[in-house]
Amino acid sequence: MGNFLIYVAAALVGLAFIFAFTRFIKGPSAADRVVAFDVLTIISITGIVLGALAGERSIYLDVALVYALLSFLGVIVVARYIEGGF
Amino acid sequence: MGIILDVIGGLLLIGGASFLVVCGLGLIRMPDLFTRIQAGTKATTLGTLLTLVGATCLRPEWGIELLLIGLFTFFTNPLSSHVLARAAHRSGVRKLSTMKVDRLAEDTGGES
Amino acid sequence: MSTLMLAMSLLFACAMIGAALVAIRGKSLPIAILAAGLVSLLASILFLILAAPDVAMTEAAIGSGLTVFLFFFVLGRVRGGEHD
Repeated sequence: MGNFLIYVAAALVGLAFIFAFTRFIKGPSAADRVVAFDVLTIISITGIVLGALAGERSIYLDVALVYALLSFLGVIVVARYIEGGF
Repeated sequence: MGIILDVIGGLLLIGGASFLVVCGLGLIRMPDLFTRIQAGTKATTLGTLLTLVGATCLRPEWGIELLLIGLFTFFTNPLSSHVLARAAHRSGVRKLSTMKVDRLAEDTGGES
Repeated sequence: MSTLMLAMSLLFACAMIGAALVAIRGKSLPIAILAAGLVSLLASILFLILAAPDVAMTEAAIGSGLTVFLFFFVLGRVRGGEHD
């Protein structure tokens, strides 16, 4: 029962990944792509947690932790660039 | 008891994943950069937190790592959306004609 | 490798090809840098699916974090000379 629900959630996450990737492909400006990049990172965190649940490996969660830090860093850097900083 | 917790955790996982789907739909359908930021970060914060709570229900022994991931997401996601929206506003992104209120331009005297 | 892992790896591989095409054919330089970072991010998920979590962690930190940071830093410094 629990495994089946995990699979349904993984299918929904894949659908969300496809939607956000569509925005990444056709986003007109760089800022739109940054938003899509951030959303893709967060969707990947959820996907990694689902994979850890399905494969019963807790070591995957460390990678999800690294991702949660990385999305923040990337968005801050790109925002500084758009603003004309550095 | 264990089966009930399993079902509750699975339903929370599906709820979080459907919030992510709503976020992706908003990312496609919204017409403007600012509305896309709004759709892309608020919904993903709630979706990720719901998914992490569901995973904690399924595997209570992973609670500390999942709590750390949730804390990072909860604190950094609204902050990054704020920084990105402010940078886009300063660099002069095209606004919609239906945008009625712009408090940041009013506060800074309409120059940025 | 379960069915879930196989479907996820197929999805991520197709998305990697799309992001690489965006990186090659993109109009401006920041878009190409972002697409390269996305390729690295998806590559790290593929490493994770292939059961190499340490490689995935390094790839995510170096390829998707440090490289994007470094490229945008340098691009901000040489702004105005990017048409050469």
